[in-house]
Amino acid sequence: MNTIILKTASKYLLPLLLLFSVFILLRGHYLPGGGFVGGLVAAIAFVLHAFANGLPETQRLMRIHPGFLMPVGLAIAFLSGIFPMLFDLPFMTGMWKKDPIPVIGSLGSALFFDIGVYLVVIGSSLTILFTISETK
Amino acid sequence: MEILLAVTIGLLYAAGIFLILRRSMVRLIIGLILLGNGANLLIFLLGRISKGKPPIIPEDSKVFTDLYADPIPQALILTAIVISFGLQAYAIILVKRAYRVTKTDDLEEMITTDEL
Amino acid sequence: MQLSGLIITLIFTFISLFILALALPSARVNSRRSALSFLVPFSAFCVFAFATPSTEQVISLWESNSLPFNISFKYDGLAKLFSLLITGIGTLIFLYASAYMKNTKYTQRLLSFLLLFMGAMLGVVLSDNLLVLFLFWELTSISSFFLIGFKNEDDASQKSALQALSITGLGGLAMLGGFILIGEMAQTYSISQMLSHTDLILEHPWFVPALLLILLGAFTKSAQFPFHFWLPGAMKAPTPVSAYLHSATMVKAGVYLLARLNPIFSQSELWFILLTSFGGLTMLYAAFQSLYKTDMKAILAYTTVSALGVMVFLIGMGGEQAIVAVSLFILVHALYKAAFFMLAGTIDHETGTRDIRKLSGLGKSLPILFGIGMLAAWSNGGIPPSIGFVGKDLIYESTLNFQKFSYAPYILTAISWLTNSMLFAAGLLVGYLPFRKSSAPSHPDVHKPSLMLWLPPALLATMGIVFGVFPILVEGSIVNPVATAIAGVSIKTHLVLWHGFNTVLYISLATLSAGLILYLFFQKKTPNWVTVAEKYGPRQALHGIANSFISFSAWFTKTMQNGKLRLYLLVILSVLGSLLGYVVLRETTFVIDPQKLSEITIYEGITVGILITSIFLTLFSGSRLAAVAAMGVVGYTLCIIFVFYSAPDLAMTQFTIDTLTVILFVLVLYRLPRFIRLDFSPRHILDGVVAIGIGALMSIISLEVLHRSPVREISDFYAMNSYLLAKGKNVVNVILVDFRGADTLIEIVVLSIAAIGVYSLLKLRLRKNEKME
Repeated sequence: MNTIILKTASKYLLPLLLLFSVFILLRGHYLPGGGFVGGLVAAIAFVLHAFANGLPETQRLMRIHPGFLMPVGLAIAFLSGIFPMLFDLPFMTGMWKKDPIPVIGSLGSALFFDIGVYLVVIGSSLTILFTISETK
Repeated sequence: MEILLAVTIGLLYAAGIFLILRRSMVRLIIGLILLGNGANLLIFLLGRISKGKPPIIPEDSKVFTDLYADPIPQALILTAIVISFGLQAYAIILVKRAYRVTKTDDLEEMITTDEL
Repeated sequence: MQLSGLIITLIFTFISLFILALALPSARVNSRRSALSFLVPFSAFCVFAFATPSTEQVISLWESNSLPFNISFKYDGLAKLFSLLITGIGTLIFLYASAYMKNTKYTQRLLSFLLLFMGAMLGVVLSDNLLVLFLFWELTSISSFFLIGFKNEDDASQKSALQALSITGLGGLAMLGGFILIGEMAQTYSISQMLSHTDLILEHPWFVPALLLILLGAFTKSAQFPFHFWLPGAMKAPTPVSAYLHSATMVKAGVYLLARLNPIFSQSELWFILLTSFGGLTMLYAAFQSLYKTDMKAILAYTTVSALGVMVFLIGMGGEQAIVAVSLFILVHALYKAAFFMLAGTIDHETGTRDIRKLSGLGKSLPILFGIGMLAAWSNGGIPPSIGFVGKDLIYESTLNFQKFSYAPYILTAISWLTNSMLFAAGLLVGYLPFRKSSAPSHPDVHKPSLMLWLPPALLATMGIVFGVFPILVEGSIVNPVATAIAGVSIKTHLVLWHGFNTVLYISLATLSAGLILYLFFQKKTPNWVTVAEKYGPRQALHGIANSFISFSAWFTKTMQNGKLRLYLLVILSVLGSLLGYVVLRETTFVIDPQKLSEITIYEGITVGILITSIFLTLFSGSRLAAVAAMGVVGYTLCIIFVFYSAPDLAMTQFTIDTLTVILFVLVLYRLPRFIRLDFSPRHILDGVVAIGIGALMSIISLEVLHRSPVREISDFYAMNSYLLAKGKNVVNVILVDFRGADTLIEIVVLSIAAIGVYSLLKLRLRKNEKME
């Protein structure tokens, strides 16, 4: 699958798709989208890149093993649940900043939770796919 | 339309069950996936289907003003889709690994776990 | 001592007993110091001896409003007698065991199990709540299991321990069922409260099953025929254990339970019939068996079974005299039987054998033991002036005055007379035969036993005589309160040693002479029918049942668990399908309201058409790649259906996941073999029938549900509060990350686990047979 067109296209597609995935993630609270879909889109972006340029190239570009995204994501999601407990509220109580921000809307603990989901989904699906393509 | 979807659900279930009863491991996994799709569609249909009314609150209001599709089945199915991806991946890899050890994907030949 | 003082001591005793039981095995205590552990039961004994029993007062430690599990205790006459036996004989056994086990490994372990048992047994006799009593009851079974199997390297010990545990455990389980039935009938689990609801229990339709279940528990524990055989087997335990658990205390737990429940059940005719017949049969059969044994402990075991039969028999007879008789007999038996057992143990310890054929002339070398043996045999045979004589008199008095049916006095007296004669002969076999004068003594210069090996049995045997001379010592303090507790009405009797020349005395004399004749002229050759009875007896029946159960499970496993996934699935699916079908077809109305349905547009028709076509392609394609591609199409069309019906989030997720799944398949698939081509066979038809059946059921279910009105309270709550509470407008997303956020947190954990699973499955170091590739 080392076609020139795919190779060239993927160079531009990767950042574009990643940007798109972040966009989907952020708007999830107001419009269709969210951490799950965002994460999956990002995963597909990397898989596409790997198809075009070979797995080693993608892994070099990523610098870290995708598996590391899983604990990081889990930690963010968990901390966003713990955070309200600092204020004597039950685990996972929603908390928001007063003034809304464009695109995202109200900045709240739920957004951080969604970011955690996003990272875990990228991490686990890429771990699965990369491991399979690595082993013969 | 509901009748058509109900028939489709029945077909997905029947096809899934028929496939998981086959001897080939690949068919077993395809059967599992079809069963999962059937279950998702069943949950979706049970939440009643309606056109053009996504469960998203309109931009200019704080509550729904019109009818809206039931969000709970959707949340359930979304979870199920993602989880079933993890399950499928694991099942596929298990098949691959088992094949490398036993040199067969015929389930009838893998009757003892000790060989693995 | 006041009862409130007792309760504190009680708690203290329990706690210290258990802690000691737990702490002892780990601590490396030498035998001299472990002998000091007798102080625990001894101090408890002192407390119990000075506490005044009360039939009224219930000491409650913990009460619950919702559970029937009130931890409450009662210290009445019956509890007092048993507590004194447990702690008193326990003290002596501790002293004896420390000397007896001096040079063996694990002495501490033995003592700690004994302590555990002691605590449990005290719990049984003091509990006022049936469920708490059951807990302690099971604890005694378990500690008995450990003690019987104490020589854990020995095969026979293991077998006996297991046998005892399974018999008493099964009985205990039945008993729990009986307890629950009776507790539901009386609406209380407190024994003392049950006494005021006797009518409620006796007239209830569950009365008979409850009674039978409880009797099963009591009969197995107290080794009544046909469950008697575990007790002789339990003689594999070290002798101090046999003396303590399997003659003086634990086996009497069944008798205790019958005595405790007697006020409730004694009105019932069934109670009388069952107890007298089983008790009578047991006492005759076991006494007869004991005469054919040659091992001293085996003789004692069978006489114990017989004595337990006597107690059950007496409780069943009821009436003031029988109750007084059993109250005294429990005490008498514990005294002489424990003495006998310790005597047998000491002889074994000094000579190395317990076989009465190999022992003779010990009277000269071991005079003290001879004295003990004679005293115990005296009490056992009921020779004046021992307390056994008083006890035997009471038994005959009660059978002679029994008027429930015609000839009753003659039949019951004859049974008792026969049993007592045989028991007397058996007592002589243990207490006299080994010491009898002989021209060739078997062990002329045997080592003299140390103090602690003869003092405890000597004390017990002497007490039998002291109590006989001064029956007033036990009359007011023990026998009357015990009889009162068993009968449920106040009993005041006067014990006397000498009644003058009357019928009872003549029967007693006849007993002694018959016993002597049996002893002198009995041949030790086991008659044929006894061997046959042993061979086809209840023990073999139990083994047969156990064996056939094992072979049944082997057959069942081989047939049902044959390793073929298809069979498992087929069984599961068929059962599921038939259950589901039964419910669905019974409830379904098969009415479809066209008003409720939406119409089919051309786009939807085409989409569903593609979906159905790809399902069939997936099913019947011979190529793997085509099947996977068709499966992918199924996913994409589903995605379009989600778009049609207002589920944008689902459509996006389904689309991305479906893509990844197909990629995954393609990555793995081309390393797998092609589909196996199989010709059409009957199993395809069977599978097809099951598959189509369940598929049709699912269609019917979905249509039926659509026919009913939807429930949307929860959905409406989420939809209404999505923005107000969670500041989000995409309700699906808000449910996932906010309302049900904890579920999602767990979900992503599961997803990570799956990824780690995949990673480790593939990166796992390959085994030898895999490297051959």
